[in-house]
Amino acid sequence: MAKKVVRKRPEPPRREMEHTSILRVTSKLLIPMILLFALYVQFHGDFGPGGGFQAGVIFASAFILYAMLFGMSAARKVVPAWVTRIGLATGLLLYAGVGVVGMFKGGNYLNYSVLAHDPVHGQHIGITLIEFGVGTTVCFAMITIFFVYANRNS
Amino acid sequence: MAVAAIALVRLRNLFAVVMFSGIYSLLAAVLYVVMDAVDVAFTEAAVGAGIATVLMLGTLALTTEKSEQSHKLSLSSLAVVTITGAALMYATLDMPRYGETTAPIHHHVAPRYIEKSKKEVGMPNIVTSVLASYRGFDTLGEVTVIFTAAVGVMALIGRRREKKKSRKKSKKAAA
Repeated sequence: MAKKVVRKRPEPPRREMEHTSILRVTSKLLIPMILLFALYVQFHGDFGPGGGFQAGVIFASAFILYAMLFGMSAARKVVPAWVTRIGLATGLLLYAGVGVVGMFKGGNYLNYSVLAHDPVHGQHIGITLIEFGVGTTVCFAMITIFFVYANRNS
Repeated sequence: MAVAAIALVRLRNLFAVVMFSGIYSLLAAVLYVVMDAVDVAFTEAAVGAGIATVLMLGTLALTTEKSEQSHKLSLSSLAVVTITGAALMYATLDMPRYGETTAPIHHHVAPRYIEKSKKEVGMPNIVTSVLASYRGFDTLGEVTVIFTAAVGVMALIGRRREKKKSRKKSKKAAA
C-alpha cells in the first residue's frame, strides 16, 4: 500500500464530503424523493417516457449519493454485498423466466399475449414484469460497479 | 456541444474533462428532446450525464487527476481521424433529411407499430411496447450485457471483498 503512487490530492473527495452538513441534510431530504421518482419512472413507463433502464439508474443513483456522503461502510449496511448479487441475478432471471412461462403457456419465447386470457392483458402483465426485471438488474449492476470501485479506493 | 467537445480534447485536468463529458451528455439529451425522442433523452441524461460521470470520478479517485502531457503530433493518427471523419460526413449526405416522410425508416415496421400497438399491446407509450414486447429479445440481450458488465467488474477488481466474504462464509460453516 505504501508503494502506491502519491496522488495530487492527499485525500479522495469522499472523505471531505463526510463533514459537510448542508450536503448531508439536503441529501437526506432528496434521497426519498429520488427513490420515489425512480418508482414513478418504473411503473409509469407504459404511459410516459421512462422504463426499467432509466428507473434502475435513478434508483441506483440514490444509493450512490448516500454512499458518497455517508461513506462506504454505512452504504454497505443498507445494501450488503449479498443483496446486490442476488438482485443482479433476480432481475435477469425474472425477465428470462417470463419468457419461459410464455413458452409453457403455449406461445413463443417472450410472447406475453398467452400470459392471460386476454392478449392485451397478458401483454400488460408481461411488460410490467420484464420492466421490473430490467430495473432490478440495472439498479443493482450500477450499485455493484460503484461499490466495487469505491471499495477499491478505501 | 462543439465548445464542450473541443474543451474535452484540449483540457489536461481529468476532473474537468469528466465534468465536460457530463455537460456534453446533458446537451445531447437536450438535443434528443428537441428531436422529440424523450425516452432516449431520459436515458442519456440518467446514464450519460449521471452514472457515467460518477463512475469516471470513481476511476479518477483510483488513479491520478492529470493526464500526461504529450506534445507529439502523430501524423498517422491525424490522417486516420480525418479520413474517418470525412467518410462519415460524406455518408450523412446520403441520409434522408430529418423528418422526411419518405425516409425508409418510416416505411418498414414503424407504421405497423404505430397503428396496431395500441390494439395488440395496449400501451399508450409506443416506445415501451416496442422495446419490451416487439423487441423483447433485444432488450433481454441488453440486460444480459449490463449483468455481464457488473459481473465482470466484480470478478476483475472486486477480488479483495470476495476473499473476505468467502472467509466469513467458511467461518460460519465452521461454527
